[in-house]
Amino acid sequence: MFRLISFTLLLLPLCCLANGKILATPGVSQIEGSAGGGLVPWAQLAGYATEDEWAISGFCTQANVDDFELTSCGIQGNLYDRIELSYATQNFDVLPLSLKLSQDIYGAKVRLYGDLVYSDWPQLSLGVQYKKLTTPDIAYSLGAKDDNGTDIYIAMSKLHLGLLAGYNVLWNASFRYTTANEIGLLGFGGTNGNGAINAEVSVAVLLNNHLAIGTEYRQKPDNLGLKEDDWHDIFIAWFPNKHVSMTAAYINLGTIAGLPDQTGWYFSLTGYY
Amino acid sequence: MKRIIPLTLCLLSFLGCSSKVTEESLYQQLNGQPGIEKIVDSFIQQIAKDKQIFPYFAKASVSHFRQGFITHLCDVSGGPCQYQGDNMNDIHTGMQITEADFNRVVELLINAMEENNITYPAQNRVLALLAPLRAEVIKI
Repeated sequence: MFRLISFTLLLLPLCCLANGKILATPGVSQIEGSAGGGLVPWAQLAGYATEDEWAISGFCTQANVDDFELTSCGIQGNLYDRIELSYATQNFDVLPLSLKLSQDIYGAKVRLYGDLVYSDWPQLSLGVQYKKLTTPDIAYSLGAKDDNGTDIYIAMSKLHLGLLAGYNVLWNASFRYTTANEIGLLGFGGTNGNGAINAEVSVAVLLNNHLAIGTEYRQKPDNLGLKEDDWHDIFIAWFPNKHVSMTAAYINLGTIAGLPDQTGWYFSLTGYY
Repeated sequence: MKRIIPLTLCLLSFLGCSSKVTEESLYQQLNGQPGIEKIVDSFIQQIAKDKQIFPYFAKASVSHFRQGFITHLCDVSGGPCQYQGDNMNDIHTGMQITEADFNRVVELLINAMEENNITYPAQNRVLALLAPLRAEVIKI
């Protein structure tokens, strides 16, 4: 991670600040490192680059529920608003067992069609997230088949200007093929299943040029037979300028590893260059 | 989920309440002809100060643009005008306007409306009316 950040800082003087997109339109960073909402990857690519610009952004997210704490930090590159590359590292504290699970996620996303705001049809993107669990012992002991897996998703998103009483409404729908248990932190596959297509939906309303509120729903498989639940959140995101965004959310992660009613708070910061 | 749905509905209905003010036309929300003239004048000042956008206007006639845009805004916002000026394609052909330039102009127009205390919903309605013209403006 440190090497990646240093490398990124070395590259910064070579590029100029990308600011071609309208404020807030790239969304924020989701927990697996892609541009999106908090939980769901969106069709938008990270950062403010348009067709002839490139952009770099970095983020850190902390999500704490009753028995677990997730820290996710990463970086994103946007090449000409066509390709997004991302890396995130997740550390997941299992408080009752005083142990930490970690995984690395390498992501790529290609914008296939459209523009969030202007095209007739929603912006459409195809993405992959390759995940490698570096602490697989717990996952294997729970019945997971693999310590790595690749999620493939298609995402479509649209911002409707003035749709709701003059307020802008943004929605995103993603369909993800995944074998991951608890997004990969509990390994991949299991005796109950080994790969499924799940739906993920986000809706947001912009209250002004700088502030958005919204909600997300992320369907998840239950490969391990541990009553793994779908995830939900309700969020508020603040975009004071094109250099930084901040998100706070109330999250409901349901049952994780047999421990029910995991609710709590989520905070995320993204910086853009 | 049980807790999130009511909370979301609550937030959405809060937004719904503000729709009472939308009974007047967009033209009225822009404060009619004098309001639109002020917005366009602010917009021209914004453009004149902007290094990225000003070059596109360097050879243009300010008074021609001013009158054309005032009539256009009056027309699309439901005012008593009909825009019969040059079409968007003809005006912008050869300019090679990029996506970033277009968005910058949108931001300058937002600034101009902010300067004239146009409400956020009215700003969005103006943008929604102008956004479909983008295809006739950029990269030609």
